[in-house]
Amino acid sequence: MPLLPPRWRLVLAVLLLVSIPIAAGVVWMGLTGIFDRVHGLVPVRPPSLDNWRFIWEGVGGRPPVHVPLLNSFVFAVVVAVIEVFVASMAAYAISRMSFPGRRFYLGLVLVLHAFPAVSLIIAIFYILRVMGLFDTLTGVILVKASLGLPLGIWLMKGFFDNLSWEMEMAALVDGMSRWTLFWKIAMPLVRPGLLALGTFSLLSAWGEFILPFTLIVSSNKALMSSYLQSFLTEAFTDFGIVAAVGLFYTLPVVALYLLGQRYLLNIYGGGVKG
Amino acid sequence: MAYQAVAEERVGVRPRRAVGRYAAPALFLLPATVLILLFFVLPVLTTLVLSLTDISTVTFRQPKWVGVQNYRELLGDPFIGKIFLNTGRYVVLTLLFNVGIGLALALLSTSIPARFGNQIRALWLLPRILPPVAYVLIWHGLTREAPFGLVSNVLGVSRNWITAEPWSVIILANGLVGASFGMLIFTSAIRSIPQDLFYAAAVDGATTTQTVRRVVLPMLRWPILFVTAYQTLSLLTSFEYILLLTQGGPGFYTTTVWALHAYQLALSNYFGNVQFALGAAMAAVLVVIGIAVSVLYLRVFNFKALVAEPKVEVN
Repeated sequence: MPLLPPRWRLVLAVLLLVSIPIAAGVVWMGLTGIFDRVHGLVPVRPPSLDNWRFIWEGVGGRPPVHVPLLNSFVFAVVVAVIEVFVASMAAYAISRMSFPGRRFYLGLVLVLHAFPAVSLIIAIFYILRVMGLFDTLTGVILVKASLGLPLGIWLMKGFFDNLSWEMEMAALVDGMSRWTLFWKIAMPLVRPGLLALGTFSLLSAWGEFILPFTLIVSSNKALMSSYLQSFLTEAFTDFGIVAAVGLFYTLPVVALYLLGQRYLLNIYGGGVKG
Repeated sequence: MAYQAVAEERVGVRPRRAVGRYAAPALFLLPATVLILLFFVLPVLTTLVLSLTDISTVTFRQPKWVGVQNYRELLGDPFIGKIFLNTGRYVVLTLLFNVGIGLALALLSTSIPARFGNQIRALWLLPRILPPVAYVLIWHGLTREAPFGLVSNVLGVSRNWITAEPWSVIILANGLVGASFGMLIFTSAIRSIPQDLFYAAAVDGATTTQTVRRVVLPMLRWPILFVTAYQTLSLLTSFEYILLLTQGGPGFYTTTVWALHAYQLALSNYFGNVQFALGAAMAAVLVVIGIAVSVLYLRVFNFKALVAEPKVEVN
């Protein structure tokens, strides 16, 4: 609202007050990861490197952290690449080409976007077992990338719809094929969309828990989310190391969020998680 | 379309055979179609089919048809009523929190200078950005007994608050993530209200409260309906935070919702023999509701406008 209420400072104070829990949570994870012991938000013992020993040794029979770290990295990057390119191709066809069943296809994409894909997890488990892709990184990558496609197609269609047609027309008249035109002209023009979808898919895949937790059982193929969860279920005495692992897992997210923030806002407005 | 005629002339595409005509769209749609068929359409059918068999750990290779046996068994389960009520409680209370807090945040954060408003909204987006396991870890840490847990320290009562108040923790943990969805959608809706309306209201001497009630809220009717509809469906099927916070406990099914029970029946390792088919039957109920409701949304939220024909067609 453009008209500021006369007491906007009071409003700001109220907003800050209700935001305290979120800020407190983040601060808690930072402090607990760094200090040997924290009571509430007050460190009572000096900083401890011991919390971070998971970096140079396998803790409690787990593989060293670089194993899940690398798995998560591969997982997130490949999922994001598949989602960005596959979604863009489909979106381009829906936005720019006329074919029988186009309306139906777009309707399907929209229905699937609203459809809660997590309810399919039981069937997906069975299908991966039958396909021989259960307990493989390939399987869980394909599943995660596919489940993100409706959102990606819908988002990229919006970006392609907004491109001016004249330039593409000129290229077509000059005899350029649809394929070359897509890669050389259309894709570079929707760069903001590609960056938004890419950043979003990276963050979403990095944080994904249910799929890898369910579809991967070998600890040497586990992702960071399952690795952290294994600490969480276990020792409730030593929160220092759990918070340190959590911090280690979360720092790339914070970095990516700060870098990609301006691209991201319209996607979270479009909604994925409840 | 003059352009189209020119293009077809130059490129020499005139009346082509259907194969050549649709080769390009087919190629562009191929990868997405394969993935959607494999991991959306096929799982929907698989869920329905598996729910009619007796598949379990023992019979995984050779399941038999049992018809609606699983559904009958579900109806006879003494805990199904409790799980049903839990699901309703979870969806309704979380939804109220999400929409209410989302609306309050949007209204308040747009009424202060934008530089503060943006930062408040960025902070509230954080729970959604954080990986769910890390987010739940924070909840576990904050709700521990004294002297460790912040909640215990502030309230002066030493409890493990997840065990003591599981529902409050579940609804707050989901709500802090969910509120940002409404917040963002309502914020952009508020920003798109024509400025003239606010000036007109001010000239007429409307108070802030009157402006909100008579100008802003009526304009937010559709966004509120959309957020409510969208989040109802996703809450109905979500179980990630409950699984990580309480695993459905403490005790017998205290916080078990429909989707979590389906997951645990079919895939959890806690009870030796995994009842895959029974879980599939529970999931099938959610899948059918999910499809019906998403199709309904498409009709309500103006499908025709969304699928307008492409601006220019060349083929």
